Parts: sequence; C-alpha cells; structure tokens
Amino acid sequence: MTKSVFDTRDSIRAGELTATAAAEDALRQVEQVNPQLDAATEILREEALEQAAELDRRLESGEEPGPLAGVPFTVKSNICTLYGRTTAASRIIENHVSPYEATAVRRLREAGAVCVAKTNLDEFGMGSSTENSSIKITKNPWETNHVPGGSSGGAAALCSATRGMLHLGSDTGGSIRQPAAYCGVTGLKPTYGRVSRYGLLAFASSLDQIGPLQHSALECALVLEAMAGVDEMDCTSRNVEVKDYVESASRDISGMRLGIAPELFPEGVDSEVRERVEQAIEVLRGLGAEVKEVSLPNARYANPAYVLVSAAEASSNLARYDGVHFGHRTKEAEDLVALYKSSRAEGFGPEVKRRIMIGAFVLSSGYYDAFYLKALKVRKLIRQDFETALGEVDAVVCPTSPITAFPIGERMDDPMKLYAVDVLTVPANLASLPALSLPCGLSGDGLPIGMQLYGRAMEDDVVLRIANAFQSETEHHLQAPPVNAWGGGGEA
Amino acid sequence: MCAEKKLDPLENSAYEAVVGLEVHVQLNTRTKMFCRCENRFGAEPNTNVCPVCLGWPGALPYANREAIEQSLRAVLACGCEVGEFSKFDRKNYYYPDLPKGYQISQYDQPLGLGGQVDFLLDGEKAGVRLTRIHLEEDAGKNTHVAGRPVSFVDLNRAGTPLLEIVTEPDISSAAEAGAFLRNLRLIMLYLGVSDCNMEEGSLRCDVNVSIRPKGAQHLETRAEIKNLNSFNFIEKALHYEVSRQIDLKERGEEVVQETRLYDPERDETRSMRGKEAEHDYRYFPEPDLTPVTFTREQLEDIRSSLPELPAARLQRYTSELGLEDYPADLLVRDHEAAIFFDACIELYPKARSAANWILNSLKEEANSRKTGISSLGLEPGRFVDLVKAVDDGVVSSQKGREVLKPMLESDKPVAEIISELGLEQISDDSELREQVEKVLSEHPGPVEDVRAGKKNSVNFLVGQVMKETRGKANPGKVAEMIGEILSA
Repeated sequence: MTKSVFDTRDSIRAGELTATAAAEDALRQVEQVNPQLDAATEILREEALEQAAELDRRLESGEEPGPLAGVPFTVKSNICTLYGRTTAASRIIENHVSPYEATAVRRLREAGAVCVAKTNLDEFGMGSSTENSSIKITKNPWETNHVPGGSSGGAAALCSATRGMLHLGSDTGGSIRQPAAYCGVTGLKPTYGRVSRYGLLAFASSLDQIGPLQHSALECALVLEAMAGVDEMDCTSRNVEVKDYVESASRDISGMRLGIAPELFPEGVDSEVRERVEQAIEVLRGLGAEVKEVSLPNARYANPAYVLVSAAEASSNLARYDGVHFGHRTKEAEDLVALYKSSRAEGFGPEVKRRIMIGAFVLSSGYYDAFYLKALKVRKLIRQDFETALGEVDAVVCPTSPITAFPIGERMDDPMKLYAVDVLTVPANLASLPALSLPCGLSGDGLPIGMQLYGRAMEDDVVLRIANAFQSETEHHLQAPPVNAWGGGGEA
Repeated sequence: MCAEKKLDPLENSAYEAVVGLEVHVQLNTRTKMFCRCENRFGAEPNTNVCPVCLGWPGALPYANREAIEQSLRAVLACGCEVGEFSKFDRKNYYYPDLPKGYQISQYDQPLGLGGQVDFLLDGEKAGVRLTRIHLEEDAGKNTHVAGRPVSFVDLNRAGTPLLEIVTEPDISSAAEAGAFLRNLRLIMLYLGVSDCNMEEGSLRCDVNVSIRPKGAQHLETRAEIKNLNSFNFIEKALHYEVSRQIDLKERGEEVVQETRLYDPERDETRSMRGKEAEHDYRYFPEPDLTPVTFTREQLEDIRSSLPELPAARLQRYTSELGLEDYPADLLVRDHEAAIFFDACIELYPKARSAANWILNSLKEEANSRKTGISSLGLEPGRFVDLVKAVDDGVVSSQKGREVLKPMLESDKPVAEIISELGLEQISDDSELREQVEKVLSEHPGPVEDVRAGKKNSVNFLVGQVMKETRGKANPGKVAEMIGEILSA
C-alpha cells in the first residue's frame, strides 16, 4: 500500500511498481469508496489501464515517460479530458464529451500521469456542498450524513478517502479550499493566471482557477509545478517563471511574518474553529514565524461583491448552453425563442438559474452602475487592502470556513445561509491571490477544521512553504476518515 | 452611380434626410480574431472551425495581434483619436449564428474615437465625421430554406475579425452615402486591410435614417435598415425609406423607432423588430482577454508606415504629374490601376501616355476578362515598352491595341510581337510617299475637292492610304504629305 504521491512516483521510477499496478490500485480504491461517497461521477477503468499499459511499455523500453509517470489522477467534471464526460454535473450537458483537453490536464498527462476518474461537483461549480450536482450528492468520508463541501466536493472526498493520487479541482470562490477543509485535506487555489484556464468550463472567468487537492502541501507543490506556466491558449495566464515548488516549499519559515486580520475572524466563526486555528498559529510561531495584526477593512464586503461579479460573468458564460449549439434541446418548441427558453429551463438546476438571473439583472441597463460597477469598485478596494496588508507580512492566516461540514440538506432552502460559508474564501478570488487550506485538527464531533493561508500574487510557493512547515511539525493531515480505501481508522 | 436611379424623394420636398452609417469591414488577416483558424471565404460549411470559434465549453479567446494592428492602421488613416488603452467587451444576445451567446466587441473604450472621411460629391468637397471605430468578431451565417422548417448555420465566418465604423448623422442623401462609402472602401483597399468585397459580405452597412423639416437642427425618430451589401441597395433602400417616412409625416403619422430590412426583390423596407423588442445587450468587460495597450512609439511606427491614401494620390497625380482631374480620379478609384500606373511612370515618365493606355486599353482587357489589372499578370516594363513604341511612332496607336492582346498571352518582347504581326509603321518616307502618290493618282475626284478646299476629302484620302498600308502608316504624317504634294 503506497502512501503518498511521491511514494507512487518513486516506486514506479525505481521499477518496484508498474504503472498498471498503480492504476489498478487507484481504481480499486475509487471503486471501493465510491458506493458510500458518490465522489466519482465516472470511473475510467478501461482507458486508464490502457494508458498505464502504454506507459509500462515505454518504461520497459527505457524511454523517459515524464516526471509523473504512472501517477494516477482524477479530474473535476468541469475540466475537459479527452476521455470521460465533461458534464459540469449539469443535466444540460449530461453527455458532453470534449473534443479537446484542458491545458492543465494535458500537462499532467504529458508528464506521464494517468486519469482514472472524473469527480463530482456542484453544477458548474455553483455551490458549497456538492448538493447542487444534477448527478448525485457526494458524502463526506468523515461523516457520511454531512456534505463534503463544494464545489470540488467529489475531489475532496475522494482525496480524503484514498491515497497516492493527484486530484484537480477548480476554485471560483473557495471551491477547492472549503471542501478541502471539510474533508481534512490540503487544497491550493493558485494565483489567478498561474495555471491555464483553457479547458475549464467557465463559471466566472475573472475568478476561476484550477488547483490541486492533496494530502499535503508538498503534494500540492508537485502538482502545481507540473501544470503551472503561461499558455498561449489562455491570455490571462501569466508569463512568470515556474519555480521548483517542491524545493521552495521545503524550506523553513523562521523569520517569516504572518498577519492576522480581525476581519477574517468575524463573529460568525464557530468557537471550535477559532480555537483550532489559533492553536495552529501558535505552532507556526513556534517554528520561527512572527505574528502581527493587519487590517483588511473592506473584506466584509467581499461576499456581496463576489455574488454579483461571479453571477454577472456566469450569466454570460452559460449563454452558450442554449439548446442550439450546446446542451439539452427541448422536445417541443413553437419557435426559436421558445426553444431557448424551454431548453434552458429544463436543463439547468435551480441554483444555476438563480445565479444566471442575478447576473443578467445586475448587468442590465439601469442597474449596471448600482450593482455590477459598484461590485467592481469594492473588488478593487479589497485588492488594495490585501496589497497593503501583504506589504507588511508574507502571508495572512485565517480559518477556511466559519464552520465545519454541515448535514446534507441543512442549508439547501436558504441560499444566503449557503453563500455565508464562502465569506472567508472569496476574498482570495476577488484579489487574484494564492490561498491554501490545510487541516489543523478535528472538532468535538470528529469533523476536520481547515486553516487558510493567503499569499502575495505569484508567491504560491510561500503559502506552500508555510503549510509544509506546519505539516512537518504536526500530524493533522495524516489523520484518516472513517470511510477510507484501506479499511482502517486512525493514521493512513 | 446606380444603374436604375429613381427620382430623389427629397427633390422639391419640405424635408431633409439625416443619415448615419454603421459600416462593417471584414479584415483580411491570416487567421481569425480569437483563434488560429484561417480567415478565408468559401470553404465547405463548418470546416474552418475549432473549439474556440465554435464556443466549445472551456475554450478561451486569444486576441489576434495582426487584426489589432490592421485596425489601428484604419483608425489612424481615418484621423481618429487613439487611446493608449482599449479593451474588449461582451455583447450578450441569443442567435443561432452566435455560438457563445455573446459577441466579443468593444463598448466604451473602442480603438478609435472621432475622425473624418473627406471625399468629392459632384465635384464638390464633402466630409463625414466618424463617431468611432471598433474591432469585433463576426458571427456565423444562417441560411433559411424557403418552404422547409429548417435553417442551416455555417460557422466558418464566426470569429473572423470585423471592423465597425460608425459615422455621425452627417449624411443627407443617398448619393452622399454612396460617395462616402465608396471613398471609405477605397481607403480600406489602399491600406490593404480588407478586400472590401461586397458580394462576399466583407463590406456591409447598416443605415440609420430619419427626416426633419428642411433647415431644422433637431434629430427626429429614426429607423435602422440592417445589413445592406451593395451600393445599389444602399441607395435604393435610402430612397424607399425616405419616401416612406415623408409619406408617414404627410399623413400625420409618426415614424417609429425600429429595425427594418431591405427587400431588394420588392424594393422596399420592412419592419423586422420594434423598439420594445430592442435588445439590452448587457455589455460588460470581456474577462477572458487582457486590455489592448500600445505605446506612443508603436502608434507612431504604424502611422509612419501608412501608405499614400487616395486623397494624397489624387493630389499627386494632378499637381505633380499634370494629369487632368478626370483620368486622375479614374486611376485613384481603381487601386490596382493606380499601383500599375505608378510602376509604369517609374520606368517611363510620360504620365499622360501611361494613364491613357491604362485607362483605355488595359482596363478594357481586364474588364473583358472580368478581373483586375493585377490579375492580368502584365509586367509594367513590357507595358511601358508598348506605350513607348506608340509615342515613338514605331507602331500606330490604333495598331498598338492589337499588340496588347498577344502581350497578355505570351512573354515575348513587345518589339518581337510588333514585327511578327508586321505592325511597324512605315518609317521610310520614300516608301510612304510612293503609297500616297499611288492613292492620289487613283482618286482624282477627291484630289480635286481638296484643291477646292474641302477638308473632309483629306480625311478620305488619309483613310485610303491607311487602308493600302493596312494601318501601318502614321496618319498624321500621311495628311502632312498629302498637303505638301497637292500644294506643290
């Protein structure tokens, strides 16, 4: 039984493990936990084994098949892969197979990684619980009556319950970090522009970013290194040097300055969450970090600004699913307008419709200035707040979510209550900054609690480094959930 | 100008027309605006496409630098102000020819603001101010099949770069609209940014029309006529629309703000959608593209690389080369002819001769082959050899035209063609004198008439000599010789 992605990689390199055996093991793990978790939307057994066999042939003939040769990975179903469906967990494109693959996926595949499954999400990434999936509701491996968080809930749950794989998620307002926190794994939303968005089904283009969910910061560093870098297919990807993230994340943190902003410890934060995060900060202090208070006066406006900006972009991004070119087409329609209306009404789920309506409204003439434009101004202020704060410190520390994973169904009737759990994650997307969530302990109910680190733009290595220092000192990230693929409790 | 010109409804009318145009010019870049598909016309439907221009989920646009540079050439040539910052916006609407459900266009920060296009209208100087020039992507093409409940969508054109040029409502007649547009088209051709082929739709025009009492300053409610793709249609649609609006007002009814479509078969405009159905396009900045920025130096580089534009060329032809206004204008209006002409006068500075030969003989050859001068494949050097041969009296100008055809069919030197066809003029005076005397002795009647002062008979005798020599004589010289002989 391999433990980390590094073990899988190294064993294959050393010839102790074949790519086929690694794929078989990954498939077995996914197949074992999926009936309980509903985390994978599709298990790509045949295709994965075919690719693994090809890799083994190449390995045997002495070819260099890439730095991640034979390492299995999973892809959130809103990211394009050449095999497996890319449905964004929406009925409207429930059978969609992409004719091309996302740049991030291509880079992993070209590094030798093998895609074994597509994972569940809230429809088009809209949600914080994976309950908005049109396919199925994913369960939290720590407590299967609870949500895994969202929207990358499938990836987070699968990561938590398995070992030795890479998992790609996407994060528009916390969709990697919040489920990572709820499932006790480490999730990184890279700096906007660090990873190409080409092939990610757009929710909100100026906020979306692809990133890894793993068991450790070092694993995240490994994935980031493989997929980061400028891409001519995405002109918002930035031409900034791709560091050796594993190496830079391995350095110590003595003398590093950490900021605590009272605005990111608001009243709604659960006391247990606050306590665990504060304890974690003490650990970091013990590792040589200086801690000081910083101020983010506009952070409290982040959530409404996020709701407006993301909905506005979504209303336009999702226009292409119109029943003419893409997506479900209604059986009966009198004319073109009726075709559009019925196809979209039948194909989209309620949360997606709600956001499209909000977005179309805030962009419409007469309301643009009062809503969309104002939200952009708030966004700019939040950006400036972080620039100031991160001029004084190297990273800002806060909880990932004000609460721990909640019971399935609890927040579905009240969207405002559901949006509220994003309050600590959305500022990173608005400010285009890297942010990482890592486990820092369990609640009294045995549910994971996540701590979040915000870094400066393009300094993804700094948050990885702080997280790695913490994980070198503690074992929270090694704790295993009750549902897991190796059949044991406690440590993996 | 237009083939069947109707009576201008504004003649002797108490109204005047207020017209503004939105002109769409398809750029001739190598690739499309936001992807790497080829930018070309005429492929099999839906074959020149990729995930980006098809709007496949997850695909992203990537701005074509060549299109931005071409647009800047147009913007600078039209005298627009260029901001150092420009951006793309999304224009949201649903239509089957628009795969993404939005068009990438420019809203509040276009590439160019203001500007003016000057031209001649019935020999008088005229000008139309521009509001703006912006860059956008074209949509695909819908084809509706009459009598069948289906429509076809071809997305080859989707994503091709399109320049939209919007004028102020400065135009007051169909003739002026036509003159403006012809001139604008010429500028684009000179810049080389578009082939401006109206039949293929690479130049299209929306027309905004209203009328008001003559001399009034205010603007009244306008109608917009969409997608006109020939000069003829634009003028006819304007005539129809102005008459319609005059009729409405005369009957005491109001013009409603609406979009209308011109039907060339019935020569009328019809309402397409009313104001209540006007779209709210919900423009917002395109988040998938970074803003377009350029430095002053980059702009200056483009400005200094602009070619000589039509107005400057006309000026040069008339004042520097001494051409008459009319042939100069004819040359300037035919870009290929003007380029050929310039190449000729580099080699042979008799501008008038070159201009005459190009405008009369060469263009006729091109027209009869339904092509342009450049497609004739004629080297300016060989053409100049012919012009020179005529100017030097080696071949008569009449016979010179017979030389042109074989010149276009082979690469033989001009002199060789002339001698093969036996078309050299009789340059030997004694040989010519022999022929003249022979004709005079055979036609005593006309000779008598000439002696009696009848000038027409000289022409008859010259004609007879030309006939005898099968056109190889120089008619001027023959007439001179007849005069000499008969007055001796």
